[in-house]
Formats: sequence, structure tokens, C-alpha cells
Amino acid sequence: MVKIHFSRKQLCIPYGLFLALFVVIPMLLILFYAFTETVDGTIRFSFANFLNFFTSTAKLSTLLMSFTIAIISTAICLLIAYPLAYILARSKFKKKNVLLMLFIMPMWINFVLRITALRELLDLIGLLGTDNYLNTIIGMVYDFLPFMILPLYTTLEKLDNSYLEAAADLGGNKFTVFTRVTFPLSMPGVISGITMVFMPSMTNYVVSDTLGNFNITILGKLIDQYFTTYDNWHMGSMISIILLVIIFLTMLLTGRFKDENRDARGANLW
Amino acid sequence: MAELKKSEKIIEIVNVSKIFDETAAVEDVNLYVRKGEFITFLGPSGCGKTTTLRMIAGFDIPTSGKILLNGKDITNLPPNKRPVNTVFQRYALFPHFNIYDNIAFGLKLKKIPVTYVNDKGETYTKLQKLTRKEIDEKVKNALAVVDLEGFEKRSVSTLSGGQQQRVAIARAIVNEPEILLLDEPLGALDLKMRKEMQIELKEMHRKLGITFIYVTHDQEEALTMSDTIVVMKDGRIQQIGTPTEIYNEPANAFVADFIGDSNILNGTMVDKFTVRFCNHNFQCVDDFEKNEKVDVVVRPEDIEMTDKENGMLSGRVISVVFKGVHYEITAMVGRSEMVIQSTQSRAVGDIIGMNIAPDNIHIMKKEFTVNKYDGYISKKNTVIFGDGKFDCDVTQLYPGSHLDEEGYLITADGEKIDLTDVDVTVEVGLQSIEISDNADEGGAQGHIVSLIYKGDHYQYIVRTEENEEDYVFDSEDLWNENDFVSVKIKPENIRLQLKQEMKQNG
Repeated sequence: MVKIHFSRKQLCIPYGLFLALFVVIPMLLILFYAFTETVDGTIRFSFANFLNFFTSTAKLSTLLMSFTIAIISTAICLLIAYPLAYILARSKFKKKNVLLMLFIMPMWINFVLRITALRELLDLIGLLGTDNYLNTIIGMVYDFLPFMILPLYTTLEKLDNSYLEAAADLGGNKFTVFTRVTFPLSMPGVISGITMVFMPSMTNYVVSDTLGNFNITILGKLIDQYFTTYDNWHMGSMISIILLVIIFLTMLLTGRFKDENRDARGANLW
Repeated sequence: MAELKKSEKIIEIVNVSKIFDETAAVEDVNLYVRKGEFITFLGPSGCGKTTTLRMIAGFDIPTSGKILLNGKDITNLPPNKRPVNTVFQRYALFPHFNIYDNIAFGLKLKKIPVTYVNDKGETYTKLQKLTRKEIDEKVKNALAVVDLEGFEKRSVSTLSGGQQQRVAIARAIVNEPEILLLDEPLGALDLKMRKEMQIELKEMHRKLGITFIYVTHDQEEALTMSDTIVVMKDGRIQQIGTPTEIYNEPANAFVADFIGDSNILNGTMVDKFTVRFCNHNFQCVDDFEKNEKVDVVVRPEDIEMTDKENGMLSGRVISVVFKGVHYEITAMVGRSEMVIQSTQSRAVGDIIGMNIAPDNIHIMKKEFTVNKYDGYISKKNTVIFGDGKFDCDVTQLYPGSHLDEEGYLITADGEKIDLTDVDVTVEVGLQSIEISDNADEGGAQGHIVSLIYKGDHYQYIVRTEENEEDYVFDSEDLWNENDFVSVKIKPENIRLQLKQEMKQNG
């Protein structure tokens, strides 16, 4: 029998291959397509797509639309999830994990199935087709709410009760204790909740197509259209790159916020 | 010390109990705190001291009873409405604020009445927030009190444990509370820092002149700092007194054992002001009923060491430990160990004499002389009590009776009695209980919750989990606190009495 020895480095090979095949090469391809154009069957380097995106009112308004839908959905998610997570986390109810699971359970059901079901439901109550924006936002909130609840619940549950007691002891009523201590200390959860909801809300066009009757175009939809309908891979790639940069910038911004907060939390590890 | 009007009670706790999930954390506590005094709640963990403090702060509401502040009922007042501030065990400094904002937290929320005179010369008062300048000044002063000038802009995470402790104190005292509550504030500090902070806290108490209510499990800390000590155990107050009183006149064996070192011995009152222990009759200053069994407490430093001929007691030295200022000498007197503190040394094996002055012999009522339970007979010769099931001898219920083959009791008159489910009271002597670490061996199982050394034996309390029934017993064997054990009692040592019959007789 041949003895096979693996070094740690060799064990990385499968993942490296995967990374190269499905991440690095596609990224390079997108970059390549984004900064080229096809003229008379020949491909050449060009900034045309980039300029085109930022000069086209249609595309910019799609960007704005995506932003608006994402911001509104995230805000509604936060407004629903925060009180819920707060009540769940701070209650002395012993079976609260069961309650939490009830809110998280939709995540286990297939996404397309869930959206289709929601469409049927909206149709049933006569809302479908009346206001496509509203329905899209309902869909986004419905779909991404668990992603907001979970990080909020985790942060609030870990929150040391003695901070709240100290704030009350120093003269804070329930409202001031919340605004000055509970909420600021739960910021890491708020930030990660926002990140988890905001980004997919910008691009998830299955929701906007299914519930908005194909009348709502968000960035994800636009990319899809350039690749499939218009057969213009260059423009599709460029929009993907722009979306990537936006997401990257958001991550950078929220990530820094989170780090600062984690620093402050480290202080409690006396 | 700030002027102390003896009669002025700032806090009164009246018949307060606090029950968490059916277990009483605090049971029927009554005490008062004088204005300006430094009072300490002292006791082992789980004794209810922190719960009592939290009820004064307003974090917990008593299940029953009242708490009065300056004569006014504050039992149900929320924490923010009480002129009381707390220094938390783990400081609880807000991590998202710097030191300045932490200390200014209470000041920014505070509204004080300000009196104005209007055009017509009428005066009126308005609740008004403190100005920026006033807050600045107060924070600066508070930082000066705790010796942390210039730390305003620092973040909490850059401070050492001792510094965080000081900030926590500054954050509380800056609000000029009438009472400062301190919940084991020095628990997380190392020994040297703790000693320093003890002195500083005492100094702060003197300077500020406000009432300090302090919680600790460290008896030395309590003795050094307090004007009054409240010793607690199992949610009940054991003794209230000055450090000197608590040390010199412990109310019971628990207090004696918890505060300082002590020899606790079994004694019997043989006459007025005469107690017998270690086979010798001693003059004493306490009067108990003749022939009463008592606990005798003698402090190690109160035993005078002499030549063997001149001592009331004599014993053989079995160990000598040098403790810096004194030697700690342990001698066997008969079957009892006696610990002596002396500046003179002796060699192991020496025979020494010991004298004890009458006022150094502290006599206290024995807490337990017999275990009593309510129980019932379950089937032939088995009794259920104290969360356990034990074999017993039911024939003792009816003199001259015997059991027939089916398990019925036949009395001396030939009457047949079914004892199943009959209620009885059960008594078991302290000497009649044995324990085993084999859970199946005994009739009941529980954890050892207390052990007190009594010269030649230990007194243990085993508490069951289900209904927290206690088995108190004496044993010469050494077990550890929290050991899980089973309780064995021989059938002949279980004394039964019919409840019904007692009623008839009574």
C-alpha cells in the first residue's frame, strides 16, 4: 500500500481550485467584459460602458429605485425586528428559544416557494397588481426579516443587565435607559442586521418580478436583462462591477463602525 | 467622622422577604440603617445580602414587607426615583462612553429646583437641568476625590481594574446620593489593591458624610471598615452589631465560625455561670438553664498558654505554625482540638496547660439538638420524610405491638391497624445520621451545604434538592462542602410519633 502524506498546504488545493474556477476567473472575466466593447466582431478596450451607465437617466433611476426599495425595506425590517428581538431577548420566558424559532423558521423553506406563496396570498386579498412598489417592499420585508431579527436578538440577549440597572440607578427612566444605553450598545446587531437586509434588497429581482408583476426594475433585474434579453455582456458586467463597488463601500463603512464597537465591548472583558 | 445623630434612621427594612421561583432569597429581614453610618451586610454567597441591597436600590421588589427611606415607603419606587446610587460588583461602566460621559451620565439627567424672583417680586421654582459648566465642575471634583484627575477623555477599555473601580465610585458619588450602595466592590481586585481601596473607601466615607451600605463575603473587610455589621445566612439575619460585638459576642456558632478563627466545642451547663466542656468545669458569664446543651466558643487568642501543671486544661501539641505576629498552636485536649494563638512557640509533642478567663468563654444556644420532620408511613415498616424513604420500626408507635405477616400492625390488645399513609412526626438525633457517597445506599440524597468544625467533630448540614429538607448531624469524618451524598439512618434511630395521637393528647 502506498502511504499518502498530505501537508497542510496540499489540503488547501481543492479549495484553491474552487476559488480559482468559480471566483477569481469569473471576476476577471467580468472585469474584462466591463472594460471592453465589441465593434464589428472585434473586442477592444473601452470606458464606454462606464460612461454610459453614469450618463443614462434610465440606468441611474434604476439605481435610485433599487436604493429606495432597499432603504425602505431595511427600515421597515428594523422597525419590526427591533421591538420583537428586544422583547424576546429581555423576557424571562423560559421557552423563548421556541418563539424565536417560529420567527426564524421561514428561512428553512425554499425562497422561490415562499415568494410564490406570498404572491398567492396577496392575490387572495386583492393587493396584487394594485401597487407594485408596495408589494415588492412587502416581499422584501417578508423575506429578509429573519436576517434582521437574528443578529439583533443575539446582541440584545448578550447585553449585560447591569448596564441597564446602572443607567436606571443613575436616574434614567425607561426611555432614557433605552436611548442612551440599550440602543447604543445594540449597534453591532443593528449594523449587521442592516447589512444582511440592505444588500439583497438591492438586487433580489425574483421578489420584484413575482410581486411587482415585472413592472419594477431593480439593479439585479437590469443585469439579468443585459445578459439575457439584450445579449450585451459588456454592459451587464459593468453594472455588476458598479454594484460590487457599492456593496464593498457599504461593507467598508459598516465594518468600520462595527470594529469600533467591538473595541469598546472588549473593555468589558476585565 | 461626620456628626452622627443616633436616632436618625435613614433606611428601615420591615419584615422583608424576597422569593425567587419558590425559594426564599431573603426571609423576614428587619433592620435599620442610621444616617451617616457605614453598614456592612456580611455572609457567604447565597445568604441574601446582595438581594437585600438590590431591594434598597430598587432593582428587586420585595415579595412582602416594606422598605422605608427617611420614614417614607419606597418599596415600589423605581431605581431612578430613589436618592440612592450603586457601585456595581463589576463596575458596569458604559463601554460606549468615555470616562467623562460615564461620570456625567447621572448629572445630565438630573433636574434641580431653581428659585427665581419675577417682576412682581414673587418667588417661584422651576425644575432645571444642570448647566454644562456645573456638570464640568462636578465631574472634575468627583475625579479628584477618586484620584483620577485628567482621565476625562480616556476610554473605559484603557483603564486597569482598580481605575475602573474608582470611576464606578466617582460615577455614583457625583450625584450626591443620600446613600451609597456598594456590592462587593473590591471583589475583582488583587489583595494589595483591595487593602488600599479599603482605606480609601473609609476615608471617602468620612469626607462625604453620607451613608454607605456595603456588601461583602470577606469578614476581614467587614471588620476593618464598618460601623455596623449585619451577618446573614440563608436569607436570615444572624446578628447585627458593631465589629467588636460581632467578634467578641457572636450570637451563634455560625457567626463565630464565619468571623475570625474560633474553637467551637460542645458543652453542658452544670450550674449557674458554670459550663462543662473538655472534662472541666469553667466559670463563665452567660447564664443558661441547668443541664442545657450549649455551643462554647473560645477565640484562639483568648486561650492563655501555661505550664501543664497550672492549666485548667492540658493537652498535647500536634502542630505549630508561624504566622508572622504569632504562632498558631494546635493541641489535642482529650478528643477535642484546641487552636491557640500565642507569641511563644512550643514544640510538637509538648504537653501544655491552658487557661481561659470567664469572660472569654462565649456560650450560645445550640441551634440543633434533634432533626424534626413531618412524614407518613408508606408501607410496612417504611416511612417517608425529608425527601427520602427510610426503613423504620413502626411498632414503637404502639407499645407492645407487633407486625403480622401481611404487614398490619397488631396492638398489644390484639387490634389490627393499617398504618399506610398515616401521618407521623419523625425525630432523628444528630448522632444517628451517617452519610455515604453511594447515592443508592441511603434513604435520601442531597448536597453538603454547611460544615462547622466543633473541636472534636464536624457538624454537617445535608440539604436535599427537591424540597430543601435539611439533615443536621455530627461526624468525625471530613467531607467537603457541595459533596453529593446519601443519608443513612438505622431503623432503631428513627423516632416516630403519631400526629393523630398527639392531637388527642394535646
